[in-house]
Amino acid sequence: MAHLSLRGVGKTYAGSTQPAVSGIDIEIEDGEFIVLVGPSGCGKSTLLRMVAGLETITDGEVRIGDRLVNKLDPAERDIAMVFQNYALYPHMTVRDNMAYGLKNRGESRQVIEERVAEAARMLELGPYLDRKPRALSGGQRQRVAMGRAIVRQPAAFLFDEPLSNLDAKLRVSMRMEIRKLQKRLATTSLYVTHDQLEAMTLADRLVVLNGGRVEQIGAPLEIYRSPASTFVASFIGAPAMSLLDARIEGGGIVLEGHRLGRADCAEGPVTLGLRAEDLRISDQGLPFVVEHVEELGAQRIVHGVVGGQPLAVIDTSERQLPGKVLVAVDPARLHLFDTMSGRRIEASRAPVLEGAV
Amino acid sequence: MMQKIKPLDHLILIAGVLFLIAPVVMALMSSTHTPTDIHSNGLYLTPGSHGGETYRKVLTHKGGFTGDVTGLRMLMNSMIMGIGFAVGKIVLSMMAAYALVYFRFRFATILFWMIFTTLLLPLEVRIMPSYQVMSTLGLLNTYTGLIVPLLASATGTFFFRQFFRSVPDELLEAARIDGAGPFKFFIDILVPLSRTMMAAIFIIMFIYGWNQYLWPLLMTTDETFYTLMRGIKSILQVWIGSQIPDYNEAFALAVLAMIPPVAVVVIFQRMFIKGLTESDK
Repeated sequence: MAHLSLRGVGKTYAGSTQPAVSGIDIEIEDGEFIVLVGPSGCGKSTLLRMVAGLETITDGEVRIGDRLVNKLDPAERDIAMVFQNYALYPHMTVRDNMAYGLKNRGESRQVIEERVAEAARMLELGPYLDRKPRALSGGQRQRVAMGRAIVRQPAAFLFDEPLSNLDAKLRVSMRMEIRKLQKRLATTSLYVTHDQLEAMTLADRLVVLNGGRVEQIGAPLEIYRSPASTFVASFIGAPAMSLLDARIEGGGIVLEGHRLGRADCAEGPVTLGLRAEDLRISDQGLPFVVEHVEELGAQRIVHGVVGGQPLAVIDTSERQLPGKVLVAVDPARLHLFDTMSGRRIEASRAPVLEGAV
Repeated sequence: MMQKIKPLDHLILIAGVLFLIAPVVMALMSSTHTPTDIHSNGLYLTPGSHGGETYRKVLTHKGGFTGDVTGLRMLMNSMIMGIGFAVGKIVLSMMAAYALVYFRFRFATILFWMIFTTLLLPLEVRIMPSYQVMSTLGLLNTYTGLIVPLLASATGTFFFRQFFRSVPDELLEAARIDGAGPFKFFIDILVPLSRTMMAAIFIIMFIYGWNQYLWPLLMTTDETFYTLMRGIKSILQVWIGSQIPDYNEAFALAVLAMIPPVAVVVIFQRMFIKGLTESDK
């Protein structure tokens, strides 16, 4: 149980001039579940491994509790890590796998037995304690990996894409289990994933990384509702937010010749972000040419173009769609981004009547 | 489901088996006849009546120039050579491979390739310098002198290096988080994981040590260090006057010399195959 603080953390690999990770400042509260999310190569795993002590820290400091851990060995940092490929010791039984770290720490046999039994009960691994990992399914192996983390009773759990090797269904159920377990143990957790759905559902707070830098930190919904940049906007949420080239003219947003709403920011080109669920097929609005439809059952995602720019719209009706429809936009739910920097523009907007300029 | 029997396949297999087993059977059968019979009638494929006598003599008769080396003694010497070689080479090459794979030090790759190229240099190339070193150290006529100079094994180091490199890095990282230092990681994780590899190398190296001929011939002048290989040779060298070499004894020794390597292969092969099929990597 401890808070975790990363101050100006960076990593430059030997022989490279570009830092792989730089200027990371995150304060993590005790018991908080933080998810690091980003595309592959964004440095999220490197960051996690720096916290774990598996990579050296070249800049800044990492504190676990009140201890500066930059120079400490992984075993001394009081953390536990769950790896993507489980990293169970193949020649040891489930019991020995979980007990190994405690044995090395010199815990008494009684303590080890109690903790292993407790973890096994929590993870429903009781019947498998004397099996070798190869006799377990993927989900069970992942549980053992979690058990190995739990028995240590660490200050923080570190998860490195722990669900990526599981099939889709198992992933959803394991996700919920991890969440429940973390809440119950109230252990500070740092979780790395590239799956934005996993990130949204697990996190107390999300850290979106891109190119070794933090793009945005915030609660999942906060990030979803007001992404700080076009990168975050297109990364978080499925289907991805549609980003279109628009202009600010005469205090209003103009997309392909259609006035969408008022925006009192600088005149000129802007990037307009539209979430598929904020749009609806209607009898007025933007002319939208339907290209193809993804049926998802409860809803369908209609992909098409508005004046040559791709756009996705969620439609919950089941009627046959004509080739051309009109799409209504809720002016309160527009996202504006600076075209050059991609940063969000916070502009006060007020609904106005839509219509051609 | 019944497999359809194909006569031709069986014929080929049976022919192969006969081809491989015939010399062994011939040696075994001939060893049960008297040397005179073998000398006059050639090799036998049928059992004779002198088997027990021959084997008893071979194992217990004190022979050689000094008259105090028995077959049992030679068997023991060969055993020491075989096991000493196998165990020593495994220990040494595992440690070398561990250093090469898991420790970051300068010139590790070059060092590895240097070790690797020694594969191209057989013992015979360096036999004189090796002999001189051992002689200077006063290790002639010792087991140490017989075994130690040949322990460095490029083959073993190469195999273990390749194997260690196939062990996922996460295992090392998990062990580091679990508080296992370099020594613990080696003993607790790598050694148990390498069991199949060790079995394979043990088979190869045991037989290599068992079959050594030239090196023991050079290193030892004391007959109590005679190995089976030298014993067989010395029996056939007795060509004084009209004396007939004890063919039967040579064959008996050869048969005896075959048993331990076969046993090693049988025992370790089972472990080897078990390891191969059960491992999930």
